[in-house]
Amino acid sequence: MAFSEQVRAALAADAAEIIARYPRRRSALLPLLHLVQAEEGYVSADGITFCAEQLDLSEAEVTAVVSFYTMYKRRPVGEYHVGVCTNTLCAVLGGDAIYADLRSHLGTEADEATRDGKVSLEHIECNAACDYAPVVMVNWEFFDNMTPQSARDLVDGLRSGADIVPTRGAPRLCSWREASRILAGFPDDQASGGHTAGDPTLAGLRIAKENGWTPEPVTEGGQR
Amino acid sequence: MTSVLTPSLTAHWDEPDSFTLAGYRRAGGYTALAKALEMPPDDVIATVKASGLRGRGGAGFPTGVKWGFIPQGDGKPHYLVVNADESEPGTCKDIPIMLANPHALVEGAIIAAYAIRAQRAFIYVRGEVLHVIRRVHHAIAEAYEAGFVGENILRSGFDLEIVVHAGAGAYECGEETALLDSLEGFRGQPRLKPPFPAIEGLYACPTVVNNVESIASVPAIISGGAEAFAALGTERSKGFGIFSLSGHVTTPGQYEAPLGVTLRELLSLAGGVRAGHRLKFWTPGGSSTPIFTDEHLDIPLDFESVGAAGSMLGTRALQIFDETTCVVRATLRWMEFYQHESCGKCTPCREGTYWIVQLLESLENGQGADSDLDKLLDICDNILGRAFCPFGDGAVSPVMSSIKYFRDEFTEHSKRGGCPFDPVRSTVFGGSGGSPPRASTAGGSRGSSPAASTAGGSRGSSPAASTAGGSAQAGS
Repeated sequence: MAFSEQVRAALAADAAEIIARYPRRRSALLPLLHLVQAEEGYVSADGITFCAEQLDLSEAEVTAVVSFYTMYKRRPVGEYHVGVCTNTLCAVLGGDAIYADLRSHLGTEADEATRDGKVSLEHIECNAACDYAPVVMVNWEFFDNMTPQSARDLVDGLRSGADIVPTRGAPRLCSWREASRILAGFPDDQASGGHTAGDPTLAGLRIAKENGWTPEPVTEGGQR
Repeated sequence: MTSVLTPSLTAHWDEPDSFTLAGYRRAGGYTALAKALEMPPDDVIATVKASGLRGRGGAGFPTGVKWGFIPQGDGKPHYLVVNADESEPGTCKDIPIMLANPHALVEGAIIAAYAIRAQRAFIYVRGEVLHVIRRVHHAIAEAYEAGFVGENILRSGFDLEIVVHAGAGAYECGEETALLDSLEGFRGQPRLKPPFPAIEGLYACPTVVNNVESIASVPAIISGGAEAFAALGTERSKGFGIFSLSGHVTTPGQYEAPLGVTLRELLSLAGGVRAGHRLKFWTPGGSSTPIFTDEHLDIPLDFESVGAAGSMLGTRALQIFDETTCVVRATLRWMEFYQHESCGKCTPCREGTYWIVQLLESLENGQGADSDLDKLLDICDNILGRAFCPFGDGAVSPVMSSIKYFRDEFTEHSKRGGCPFDPVRSTVFGGSGGSPPRASTAGGSRGSSPAASTAGGSRGSSPAASTAGGSAQAGS
């Protein structure tokens, strides 16, 4: 089903803004794909056609890019897309158990939404939060130091509409489509809220402060 | 006594508004920019060269030298591209920088762009970190409003636009030329070098690609002086950097220290390996750097010493694994990652990673043979140095190094017909040895049951969960 005229006009206005950020139009392709994913929840054939038209590319050229990047989904995922890190460190510290447990708890295939459309699950690669392992992401917000039980509680809460707050992230958890719009370069107003640094982030700083350690070089005869 | 840790980039992370312009300026932020804009651009480059700063993204190329490669007066536009695609397994330093102190990155980017005479900069952030992307957008918006970005910055006549570009999930885009292809709207696949990006980078124009931490280190170098920076670290690996401790360690986290610090020193600050356990193997700089063992605790973590010991400093991503961890399983999981992330351009890497995974799978399941080890090493030999980019070299590092140090453990799997390790003992919630679970405050859902206490007993329909119950009882 093609986009309605109204949707198309709104998308085209956003697309024009995205394209204007770059010296060359084609650079806008990744954000445009995030944009159409924000509209439909996934990158549909219509979404691909829209991007191709905006950038004077063929649909094949756009499809080749879509299929390269794992964040673009070719079918609808849940309103809350849950990623469990199963790269080595998280896997060893518990990510494998968390993923296996969630798979059986939800009873869905990878990237497949639960029947209520609320939650989908995939295993993800290292998300750069190893000091908080095992890590789970929901719509690309951090849920740190997870266990099989806390992960179950998390997805149950997402499905029942509980107030879910990321460990380090925005105060209000975005939907999958809202998150995709931020990735297209249209941030919401939540930058100032949420957490900045958890305990592991501050571990070294705290020890340095206790000891009075600083980067200033020790001068001759000086002491520290 | 000298300072073991030297918080500079991390110095204000504990302040609640450290990510705001107000918080950053209170800590002296943007004074380096004012100073730099009064210097001729070549002097800025000379200062960064003199500081000895080497790329913090893993390769360690001298940052100032890289800037100096940009041809001047060539009539082409120049570009600065910040590599914020932090994805190397174990690496988790740039994300906290951008969450807690994005203005250091923005200020550094403005100074770098001024030095190389670029009027446009791109910050390529991996897509999977939503709040980080918000914070970087927010910092840039604040910087525009304050007149630090935009036209005629601080009345210097220098103009700069900065664009945040979110990636879409591809480890390979952390390689600089693949990143440029991705930024141009293509699949993220590497280019053959030369030409290097300094000559033909973004849109075939002179381009500097620098890591987040490298760029964020620049303001301190400009304001504190090259000498102060160079006074720290070792003779050829100067300054400080963030060391990220993760895994089986009592207090994982970020530890900013002069290059040349040892794992023994860092571990002693971090409370050591988790209680009741001992170090088995570790990565000095992410999964692409050959593993080390407890023989290597005293190696100075600088580019030269780590290299001489057979690995690479990489991104200082110190992933710690204790004796409960099966090295075959760890290697298999890393190789599954490389198999998944290989961009497919070069045949040895694309095919070889698949073959390696299959061999490791059968070895881990006890169905391998000793001759598989030679086959593995042969495949590694056919990937190493035979791909466009360093991905292939990185991919074989875990295999070659784990066979080098733990060959017996591989053969033990074949002898026993299975893995001798209980994976539950390696987890933070099922491990024995008296380590308190770190998961009790997991942010998840409000009102959830105390997660860690029930985790061990989670009624398991999956094998993993059911063994978790057994082991937790056995261990506690």
